[in-house]
Amino acid sequence: MAGPGGDMQWCFSQVKGAIDDDVAEADIISTVEFNHTGELLATGDKGGRVVIFQQEIENKNQPQFRSEYNVYSTFQSHEPEFDYLKSLEIEEKINKIRWLPQKNAAQFLLSTNDKTIKLWKISERDKRPEGYNLKEEDGRYKDSNTITSLRVPVLIPMDLMVEASPRRVFANAHTYHINSISVNSDNETYLSADDLRINLWHLEITDRSFNIVDIKPANMEELTEVITAAEFHPHQCNTFVYSSSKGTIRLCDMRISALCDKHSKLFEEPEDPSNRSFFSEIISSISDVKFSHNGRYMMTRDYLSVKIWDLNMESRPVETYQVHEYLRSKLCSLYENDCIFDKFECCWNGNDSVVMTGSYNNFFRMFDRSQRRDVTLEASRENSKPMQVLKPRKVCAGGKRKKDEISVDSLDFNKKILHTAWHPQDNIIAVATTNNLYIFQDKVN
Amino acid sequence: MSEEVEGTRTCEEQQEMEDKVISPEKAEEAKLKARYPNLGAKPGGSDLLRKRLLQKGQKYFDSGDYNMAKAKMKNKQLPSAPTEKTEITGGHIPTPQDLPQRKTSIVASKLAG
Repeated sequence: MAGPGGDMQWCFSQVKGAIDDDVAEADIISTVEFNHTGELLATGDKGGRVVIFQQEIENKNQPQFRSEYNVYSTFQSHEPEFDYLKSLEIEEKINKIRWLPQKNAAQFLLSTNDKTIKLWKISERDKRPEGYNLKEEDGRYKDSNTITSLRVPVLIPMDLMVEASPRRVFANAHTYHINSISVNSDNETYLSADDLRINLWHLEITDRSFNIVDIKPANMEELTEVITAAEFHPHQCNTFVYSSSKGTIRLCDMRISALCDKHSKLFEEPEDPSNRSFFSEIISSISDVKFSHNGRYMMTRDYLSVKIWDLNMESRPVETYQVHEYLRSKLCSLYENDCIFDKFECCWNGNDSVVMTGSYNNFFRMFDRSQRRDVTLEASRENSKPMQVLKPRKVCAGGKRKKDEISVDSLDFNKKILHTAWHPQDNIIAVATTNNLYIFQDKVN
Repeated sequence: MSEEVEGTRTCEEQQEMEDKVISPEKAEEAKLKARYPNLGAKPGGSDLLRKRLLQKGQKYFDSGDYNMAKAKMKNKQLPSAPTEKTEITGGHIPTPQDLPQRKTSIVASKLAG
């Protein structure tokens, strides 16, 4: 159902979450991720809970179908902890969720908070055994004197039950806060990255982890940059990248040495020194890095822009898209209210032709790479009639404000869209506002 | 404002003025410096990084300090906990009442409702 490159018209499909404005901190959505088929959509929140939605498709055989995501499973992934030795509170907030490709009937995902990664198994149970020899139906043991015959218990259908159980807990490997996890294409290993180190794990082994990147300086006062995100290449199991707070991306090859402190490639856009300001480094900090599905490009998100890099060219990005350039003249207040440190994520569509990222005022932006077009859309309850087409929004940077435009000073900086996800094959997107999850669908012409 | 009228001006001042006109970023920087004159020149320096990125979640309750202080103050009246939620630092010995309560989330997510 992926669009053939023609005009995409986005329609409201569903919204999940409470309507009231008083948002409990635990309800703040902290991560959104489709699984590899797009059938399942997982969210994590600040309260350490994971909610998984499953796609149910109406009129599957017709070209114009409506898909709905309904709750499939929900569980408490992480609990708040306290590190008594360092007097540090460990938040239960789910920083990232990553799905494993499906190998059998069950689904597996990795979820992580600041310190601990967990492998969760989500399995369905739709049959139960009946007719035990030694037990009654309610579980009580029978009096052995009353048992006179032997029978084979049968499996009878029951209402679908979805169970989530933690299969592995990968703990105690990170001194600093975990910002990324990424499953390797070999389906056996994964990496976890914190501010200064990246570790390699085997999915089956929880008591050992290999450190593959360590940028901690001998003297912490010499610290100049931290790791902000990391990801494995989608096909090459030996390759991964990590981004930094200084706006650089390093590509590493694990075949070269056990410790990948020396990068194979360094991607950095040269900066005009005369343009340098107090804010330059802060806004160049990369908040997210994502490989394209075809593995030839990677996308980075810094505070004001999205950049597409060709893995074969380290000197500069091949494409740069401005997300909200009008904020450049507001950096002072954005620094004062801490918004300048907001970490926006970005994502690719299934065929790598369109990229998407969030902004403020519950706006999100899409950039069509092939058609050189971009659009700003809004996730709000006001545009939430079934299949209502989203109207493009426009921000007026200065001067005369046209009708339907919104001025920069009217933007609500508390309404930020940090997390978005695109279905791996179809034009279905999940957009998280502070505490609501919106699902939009392309209207098929 | 022309150079001839104002008299001699250093190249740096000239550049700075031009920058303010050309770059909104530099104008914002000037605004920030005006509000916070003590702000260090290097925003990406280790101090900022260490504070923002590495030490979030730090609480200051030390049971050793607390018990020592309690022992010392056995004869004096214990200071009452401050009524507002101010950050506990410095010489003040935090009491368990000072720390914000942490509750585990037993409520289901509203997304699943």
